[in-house]
Amino acid sequence: MTNEELKMKLEELFPGSTFEEETQWLTLNMEAEGFKPVAQQLRNNESFNFDFLFCLTAVDWKTHFSAVYHLTSTALRHTIVIKVKIDKNDPAVDTVSDIWRTAEFHEREAYDLMGISFTGHPDLRRLFLEDDHVGFPLRKDYEDPINMIKL
Amino acid sequence: MIEELGTNDQGDMIINVGPQHPSTHGVLHLVITLHGETVKKVEPHLGYIHRSIEKMSESLSYRQFSYVTSRMDYLSSHINNHACALTVEKGLQIEIPGRAQYIRVILDELTRIASHQLWWGALAMDLGAFTPFFYSFREREMINEIMEETCGARLTMNYIVPGGVMFDIHPDFQKKVKHFLKEFKSKIHEYNELVTGNVIFQNRTKGVGYISKENAISYGMTGPSGRGSGFICDVRKLHPYEMYNQLQFDEITEEGGDAFARYMVRIREMEQSMNIIEQLIDNIPEGDFLAKTKAVLKLPKGDYYTRVETARGEFGVYIISEGGTTPYRIKYRSPGFSNLSALNDMSVGGKLGDLMATMGTLDLVIPDIDR
Repeated sequence: MTNEELKMKLEELFPGSTFEEETQWLTLNMEAEGFKPVAQQLRNNESFNFDFLFCLTAVDWKTHFSAVYHLTSTALRHTIVIKVKIDKNDPAVDTVSDIWRTAEFHEREAYDLMGISFTGHPDLRRLFLEDDHVGFPLRKDYEDPINMIKL
Repeated sequence: MIEELGTNDQGDMIINVGPQHPSTHGVLHLVITLHGETVKKVEPHLGYIHRSIEKMSESLSYRQFSYVTSRMDYLSSHINNHACALTVEKGLQIEIPGRAQYIRVILDELTRIASHQLWWGALAMDLGAFTPFFYSFREREMINEIMEETCGARLTMNYIVPGGVMFDIHPDFQKKVKHFLKEFKSKIHEYNELVTGNVIFQNRTKGVGYISKENAISYGMTGPSGRGSGFICDVRKLHPYEMYNQLQFDEITEEGGDAFARYMVRIREMEQSMNIIEQLIDNIPEGDFLAKTKAVLKLPKGDYYTRVETARGEFGVYIISEGGTTPYRIKYRSPGFSNLSALNDMSVGGKLGDLMATMGTLDLVIPDIDR
C-alpha cells in the first residue's frame, strides 16, 4: 500500500490517529495506552501484514520518553514508524515480544539503557550492564563521573 | 543473575561457554542448560565489550561520530562508515561525486569478500579443520594490502567521510584489485573442494540449527543468515543506495534454513561481490573524490534512518537531530544483535557439538552486538 492508503486505512480503524508531516516513512504518533491492540492489528491484519520489526529504540525527550518502532511488511513492502509517548515518572509500555520475537532482546536493551519497563515481557533484565548498575546511561540526566562516557 | 553452575533440580547440567572460548570469536558468554548432551536452553550474557557507543556519539560531531562505528563490526568497518556518511548526506542533501560512489561500492564489496573469507576459515576451524584458515588468510591478505595502500589502515578504515572519500585511491588500486579478482577466481574452487564438498563438513552442517522463514523474519534475522532461510532481505536490492540499482547481480537465497544453507549463501555471495567489482573497476570516472562541504555540519531538525547491507545483514543508522552540531540521539541497528536473538530457538533440541556449527554460520561479531 502507498502511504496515503495506509493513512486512510489506519484512520478508519483507529479514529483520532495523528501523523507526523514530511517524514521519510509514514509516522504514527500515539500514547502508551492502547498501543498493544494497534500493534496486534498491524501484525495480523491482512492488509497491513507488518511482519518485520527492523528497529526498536527509545528516546529521552526530557519531558517524556518515546519508544520508536520501525516496521515493514516483507510481502507488501510498505513501511511504517510508530512513536509511542511514555510517561516520564512511570515509564511503562506493553511488550510486543509476543508479536515480534526480535523485540525480546531489543526491549531488554531499551530497559537496560533507558529504563523503560515493558509490561508482560517474559524476561526483563539488564542486558549489557551489570545487574547492580545504578541509573540508565542513555537518559539525558545521567551522570557517571567514574565510568565517563562523555568526551 | 548468572545461574548457579552445576546441576538444577531436574538433573540438567548448566555449563558456560565463553566469555573466553575459541568458538565465540570474542567475548560472548553463553549459559547453556544441557540434558545429557541435548541443549535445552541457550542464554547469551552480553556486555563484556559494551562501550556505550550510542551515548558517546551524542557528544561527537557529525564528522566524528562515524569513526567509532569502525569499532563495532570491525569486519565491515567500511560499510558502517558508509552508512553514517549516507545518513549525514541525506540530512544535508549533499550530492557526492561519481568517482567517490564507485570507490565506495568497490571497497564495500571488497570488505564483504574479506569478511566472508575470514568467516569461512574460522567456521572450518570451529568444526575441527585447521587448514582452511590458512587458505582464507592467504587471499584475505591481498585485500588487506589493497586497503592498507588506499585507506592507510587494515581493519578500522575510516576512509568514507560525508561528501565522498577522504583521499584519492592509490595509483596501483585498479591493477591490484584486478589481480586479486583473477587470483581469487582461480582459488575459490579450492574452498569448495576443501570444505563444501567434504563429507564430514556436510554431515556436521546439514539439518543443523534449522530456522524457518517465518521465525527468521520474526527474529529479524537479516543478511546471509536470513537469506539461508529464504527470507529476501538484501538491502542492496530492496532499498538501493549509491548505484546498486544500476548493477547486475543476484540476490542469493537458499531454502534449506540450516547451517549448510547459510554456508552456501556466503560462498555464492563472494562470487556475486566479485561480479559487482568487475563491472566497476574499469569504469571509475575521473574527477573529484570529495564534494565541498561546510566546515561545521548541522543536520536540520528531524529523523534520519539509513539502511545498508553489511557482511552480516541489515545495518541501520537512526539519527534524531535537534538542529545542533551533534546528534540528539543515535541508534545503531546492528545485524548481529538480532541474529543472536534467534540462537536459542535454533539450538534447542540439538546437540552441544552442533551449537558451534549454528553459532559459526550466524557469523557473530561480538563488538557489533554489544556496541
